[in-house]
Amino acid sequence: MIIALAFGLGSLLVGMLVRPRRPYREKLLPYESGNPPIGEPRVRFSVKFYIIAMLFVVFDVEAIFLYPWAVTFDKIGLYAFVEMVLFIIILLVGYIYAWKKDAFRWDE
Amino acid sequence: MPEIFRTQLMVVLPETLLAVFAMAVVLLDLVIRKKSVLAGISIAGAAAVFYSLFYTQGFAFNHMFVADGYGIFFKFIFLVSLVLAVLLSNKYLSVEGVNHGEYYGLMLFATVGMMVMASASDLITVYLGLELMSLSVYVLAGFIRHSARSSEAALKYFMLGAFASAFLLLGISLTYGLTGTTSIGGVASYLQLHGLAKNPVLILATILYVVAFGFKIAAVPFHMWAPDVYEGAPTPITAFMSVGPKAAGFAVIGRVLLVALGSMSFEWSTLLIVLSILSMAAGNILAIAQTNIKRMLAYSSIAHAGYALLGVIAFSPEGLASMMNYLLIYAFMNIGAFTVVTILRTEGMKAEELSDYEGLSKTHPLLAALMLIFMFSLTGIPPTAGFIGKFYLFTAAIKAGYTWLTVVAVLMSAISAYFYLRVVMYMYMKEPAKQLEMAKSYGARFALLLTGLAVLVIGILPAGLIDMARAAIIDFGS
Repeated sequence: MIIALAFGLGSLLVGMLVRPRRPYREKLLPYESGNPPIGEPRVRFSVKFYIIAMLFVVFDVEAIFLYPWAVTFDKIGLYAFVEMVLFIIILLVGYIYAWKKDAFRWDE
Repeated sequence: MPEIFRTQLMVVLPETLLAVFAMAVVLLDLVIRKKSVLAGISIAGAAAVFYSLFYTQGFAFNHMFVADGYGIFFKFIFLVSLVLAVLLSNKYLSVEGVNHGEYYGLMLFATVGMMVMASASDLITVYLGLELMSLSVYVLAGFIRHSARSSEAALKYFMLGAFASAFLLLGISLTYGLTGTTSIGGVASYLQLHGLAKNPVLILATILYVVAFGFKIAAVPFHMWAPDVYEGAPTPITAFMSVGPKAAGFAVIGRVLLVALGSMSFEWSTLLIVLSILSMAAGNILAIAQTNIKRMLAYSSIAHAGYALLGVIAFSPEGLASMMNYLLIYAFMNIGAFTVVTILRTEGMKAEELSDYEGLSKTHPLLAALMLIFMFSLTGIPPTAGFIGKFYLFTAAIKAGYTWLTVVAVLMSAISAYFYLRVVMYMYMKEPAKQLEMAKSYGARFALLLTGLAVLVIGILPAGLIDMARAAIIDFGS
């Protein structure tokens, strides 16, 4: 293990010592697929994006839960059906809340 | 209705009912302009849930959930702290300008989470309840959005809380890897059968549990968040948070350490003794240096976690009962003290500094007298409830052979008298410097009446409560 560690660090060190260093402006710029960069990379996103993302996750997960339930529906029966209806009702409460709070409106 | 609904869903009736009330509050908030109605609905919900507690018994969902006397006693503590905190809230939120309906919904959801924790008979259920409780309380801590301190409190609490959750999950996964089950009873019987007591991985898992729960009960050295969060959060939430989640933490300590890891009692009791001594020492000594009363009460709540740990360390039915008894008493006296702080918060005045209490006995004699009772009770002076709670705890610790630890605890209580009685000294022996107003809140006054009465009645007639706690744990761990 010591040999492996020494080899890894050693080759990095040797590379650092022997490689040529010729920095110029274009080389130091951040790489953006060949385009010249415009503006700072750290932009503050509007909080609306986060709300949309959260809503998406909620309903996405709901759909994911529905699939295994639907596949095994004939085996697990009425109990699971009631459970799933409860789950959807709980999500519906959240949906109504988000709707009334104007979470779906982009322009205010 | 098939049999399954009656047997399974009836066991979780209190939790279901409270969750329904929480959702109803969230929905009604959209149409109701007057937020005090929502506070009323929350209290009605708590009352209905309290009534439904008597109809639950037994296991549900493949032994993942259990309704036994132990859980029901803790649920009673949670409901008491919920009702008292809701009573305080309405006026306070109007003064702070953040009277939104989500507040009550989140409080109810936090209580559902605590109730699930207290009734968990599976490590996954513990985690589920813990997250529901924690996430709601994180939001509540930052509820005063325009206050930087409140946001800071929420962020700190969230960061460190998420960290503690990760520790808990790692502990659960190690336990599962060793025993092949996450059921609390299953872990206990596997460990007894196979004698894994000296297994280093199991010791690591035990340490991880102690860290995670130590964070939730704010025991030193996992207390760093407590003073900042308690100071920044809205005062009713501080009152709620210093009682509810703490009691919930003790409830799962009882389930996980005492039952699941019962065969590891030497390891975790050694850890808890260290935690307990550090909490009592650091909590009481650092509280002396505080000038903000919310910070002072935060350090005092750290110290009280240290006292309550004595009941766990004793590892006996007597210790467990005295711990439960103490937590209920603590709920009354601590929320009582926070009620006084809340009621003095009015439009023009914060009244969070100790010097604000100078001469309170001259301007508001009744309020000062109640604060005196709560301070005496927190110190542990008879005939208040705090004395009774400490008395049973210390007796249980001595019976279990921890006399030296009890001596430490008594010495630390003596130190605590300094800063509790300093408040009393400010109120009674100084001239009033500022003209303090009492908030015109009937809810908060009613809460003061309830907590003051409870502290005195339990202090004078203690037998009923401790008998209740003893009766509650007869079927514990079976």
